[in-house]
Amino acid sequence: MDNEKNMNKVLDEFTSGDYKYGFYTDIETEMAPKGLNEDTVRFISAKKNEPGWMLEYRLKAYRHWLKLSEPDWAHVHYPKIDFQDIIYYAAPKKKKQLGSLDEVDPELLDAFSKLGISLDEQKMLAGVAVDAVIDSVSVKTTFQDTLAKHGIIFCSISEAIQEHPDLVKKHLGSVVPHTDNYYAALNAAVFSDGSFCYIPKGVRCPIELSTYFRINAANTGQFERTLLVADDNSYVSYLEGCTAPQRDENQLHAAVVEIIAMENAEVKYSTVQNWYPGNKEGKGGIYNFVTKRGACRGNFSKISWTQVETGSAITWKYPSCILMGDNSVGEFYSVAVTNNHQQADTGTKMIHLGKNTKSTIISKGISAGKSNNSYRGLVRVSKRADNARNFSQCDSLLLGDKCGAHTFPYIKTANKSAIVEHEATTSKISEDQLFYCQQRGIDMEKAIGLIVNGYAKEVLNKLPMEFAVEAQKLLAITLEGSVG
Amino acid sequence: MLLNIKDLHVSIKGKEILKGFNLGVNKGEVHAIMGPNGTGKSTLAAAITGREGYDITSGGIEYKGKIINDLEADERANMGIFLSFQYPVEIPGVSMTNFIRTAVNAQREYKGLKPMPASEFLKKMEEKKNLVEIHSKLTKRSVNEGFSGGEKKKNEIFQMAMLEPSLAILDETDSGLDIDALKVVAKGVNSLRSEENGFVVITHYQRLLDYIVPDFVHVMYDGRIVKSGGKGLALELEEKGYDWIKEQFDN
Repeated sequence: MDNEKNMNKVLDEFTSGDYKYGFYTDIETEMAPKGLNEDTVRFISAKKNEPGWMLEYRLKAYRHWLKLSEPDWAHVHYPKIDFQDIIYYAAPKKKKQLGSLDEVDPELLDAFSKLGISLDEQKMLAGVAVDAVIDSVSVKTTFQDTLAKHGIIFCSISEAIQEHPDLVKKHLGSVVPHTDNYYAALNAAVFSDGSFCYIPKGVRCPIELSTYFRINAANTGQFERTLLVADDNSYVSYLEGCTAPQRDENQLHAAVVEIIAMENAEVKYSTVQNWYPGNKEGKGGIYNFVTKRGACRGNFSKISWTQVETGSAITWKYPSCILMGDNSVGEFYSVAVTNNHQQADTGTKMIHLGKNTKSTIISKGISAGKSNNSYRGLVRVSKRADNARNFSQCDSLLLGDKCGAHTFPYIKTANKSAIVEHEATTSKISEDQLFYCQQRGIDMEKAIGLIVNGYAKEVLNKLPMEFAVEAQKLLAITLEGSVG
Repeated sequence: MLLNIKDLHVSIKGKEILKGFNLGVNKGEVHAIMGPNGTGKSTLAAAITGREGYDITSGGIEYKGKIINDLEADERANMGIFLSFQYPVEIPGVSMTNFIRTAVNAQREYKGLKPMPASEFLKKMEEKKNLVEIHSKLTKRSVNEGFSGGEKKKNEIFQMAMLEPSLAILDETDSGLDIDALKVVAKGVNSLRSEENGFVVITHYQRLLDYIVPDFVHVMYDGRIVKSGGKGLALELEEKGYDWIKEQFDN
């Protein structure tokens, strides 16, 4: 039909937009030799001056990893990864200790400003403490003083290993053990850096904590490790935002995020993921194989995941909640956009162990181009989880007729008092909706942006204000190919 | 002349629906288009507003002195052509306020104007909402979502009032309206009538024309106008039905 042809034409035009963040920062890097063996693990650990227990932990993980094979159950397709063809460590060469932003590498500051996240601006306007990760090593951490006043620890994980070994030892791997899965084992063996956060008892973190990740050197897989501990009666909202420069080779990214919420603690974890998705022929792009999991250890604790996923060639990611404490709450709000040849297999796991535990899942998939977008979710209610409740809503929106949307919901309940609800819809942006907008003077690009943002609103509303604005723009950019 | 349609032939998927349609509308005039179902009334509205899939095979639509056959729907809208839809669609998650502000500012951008300041916009919206008696809660809701039939039609006229078009096409605006809602809608339309704009009112029944009094009435049958007259023609149709026209032309 003419109309469809026209819409496809418009979609093709949208999707042909160049990746806005495709630039490369030339900062001298110090690299590990290509490939992975025990020496690589030792090299990384030595580079970071790690204590013996940390090296042992890494080696144990590495040895376990050798026994595993790559998982293949996700609804994604890609050529086999040669793990010996990857550089596992690259760090900006250490210069003298920096006293102020003026002393930061100007190229680095420039890279941040291209991303619209200059530390200066962040400091003054947004009131957000930023722990910036460039190529695996934290370069600059701000707002330490404010946080210190409340006894909050927010630093790179490397620093935490040095400065707060007891906390790290106690919690690292307690939610995502190195034996959990292939990529979690790999991460435990070779993780380069990441963030550590500890909120003490009774403290409500006064600012939103934010980390920007950036993958920067060619052929370097990046393996972040994030550990977030909220002690009794504490609260924290944590933002994670990502962009990466344009690159031809596929880059592997296997992060692990662990969250621990103690009694009556609440953690909000928000992500905007905007890594290089590959070009419109499907060449290049990031392989994003992430394990994110939170444990609601204490009674009345709450963990809330909100994610806006627009980047990466392949996304394989299931931010999950283990609801151990009675009356604990898990939430998952997700918008996943795939375009061109992108593939996403994402969703969540809600594991109900405690009594009166509650979980909510709202997933909004948007597929365009020739992409594939899958929701995969597990809701499990254990025997002793009396009165567990779950509500899941999984919606898919299709743009054009060459893309795919799939839903794989798994529900397992072992307790008769559980109430588990699942709703799913699949819709297309209708010609009627587009014409209605156009008839009011709104052009097709703007109309698609308007409709898509409306569709995703329930999730976007869950994001902190500044992040929501960024996410809306990102959705528009991803689908329109124009700078919003 | 505001709108001048000459010998218009329009096909949908190869099937000819309009077969040599002619109509001229001057500023300040209200034209009613009547006729039995399936004679091409809604196709006419779609063709004028530039809906995809309605192929103009010959003839032309001239608006403000320009042939608009090949223009995109949004450009025609920006030139001042407005359609009050017979079946307004729902757009989930997009608030009515956000939607109409996006439309108002898109039309301003087309004219080279800056976006309307928020205070001015809110004031105008308040004023126009009162005109068609719609509740504030409606503009906070998503576009047409959960609106009753009457609310949807009032909402169309509200948008028309906000956008102040030069040419408004009302496609079966009376369908699904009770008499009270019909009066409100008609009052809204009448208050927007001026020497500067024109209306094409498409309707199956004469009822609406009691409230929106037309200058001309045209009867459509089989893709073209077969009879034109004044306001009295509508009453004649009401009395005699469409059968006599069908018979006249089928033979």
